[in-house]
Amino acid sequence: MRALVHVTLKKDVLDPQGKAIQKASASLGYDAVKSVRQGKIFEIELDAAERQEAEAQLGELCEKLLANPVIEDYTIVSLES
Amino acid sequence: MFAVVQFPGSNDDRDMRFAFKSALGVDSRLVWHKDTELPADTRAVVCPGGFSYGDYLRCGAMAKYSPIMTAVRRFAEAGGPVLGVCNGFQVLCESGLLPGALVRNHQLHFVCEFVYIRVEQAATPFSSRCASGDVLRIPIKHGEGAYFADTELLARLESNGQVMFRYCTPEGEVGPAVNPNGSVSEIAGIRNQAGNVMGLMPHPEHAVEEMIGGTDGLALLGSLVDFVVGRAQ
Repeated sequence: MRALVHVTLKKDVLDPQGKAIQKASASLGYDAVKSVRQGKIFEIELDAAERQEAEAQLGELCEKLLANPVIEDYTIVSLES
Repeated sequence: MFAVVQFPGSNDDRDMRFAFKSALGVDSRLVWHKDTELPADTRAVVCPGGFSYGDYLRCGAMAKYSPIMTAVRRFAEAGGPVLGVCNGFQVLCESGLLPGALVRNHQLHFVCEFVYIRVEQAATPFSSRCASGDVLRIPIKHGEGAYFADTELLARLESNGQVMFRYCTPEGEVGPAVNPNGSVSEIAGIRNQAGNVMGLMPHPEHAVEEMIGGTDGLALLGSLVDFVVGRAQ
């Protein structure tokens, strides 16, 4: 199966990189860009017979490794066989 | 005996040993991250600064799963003193031995300079040579040193007296103007609730000789030595 996982900073954690990107966008003339939050994307291939099993494993992996739950949220964006 | 943990990418491990040996006359041992046990005579553990595992994923995230960390966790749970400096602080937070997390500096710059920190708690194994309110001049060098705790955790840290150091002026005034990285409440170091695990971003091991800019770091490392020696007697 192929999974796509997003990890982003929680809303109450400052994202100075996102802010710098927003400012750079504005200086390029893209005034329409009001806010940017930077995060990470993980493309994961895993062996799993069932979707439910894959979701459970990915959830654990996110909690233990891919995200730091103190400062980050994660989303399993897609899961395809 | 002091154990200094060496991860791939640690780079202040030997400086830490030098500080203990040269300035305080205490022997220490390097412990490799793949070891599964601390030396039997370990009385204190230090996680040093550097870039463990190249800071992959998040600073300290990979080191959390180093084989040696199971032994360090066991040592801490048994009440043994554990000190984390800079990357070592990040490792202890990622490992859950300390609460909160360290994130990118607010101005996105790597900062490398002497700063002043105010001692908030003096009756601890890590600061007994200081008085509460003392100001120490110690260098920092980090890109991800902004301490983060949400409102609830921050309130708990404050009421438990877990905040150890705050960035301040040479006169000891704390405020955002002298906060080098955007840490919440100007926090430079904290301890766990039990009080035996402490982490800080400033490098006491880099302030142990006048020749390199000052000796204020000795007050902190010396406190730990006093604690270990006192316990042994």
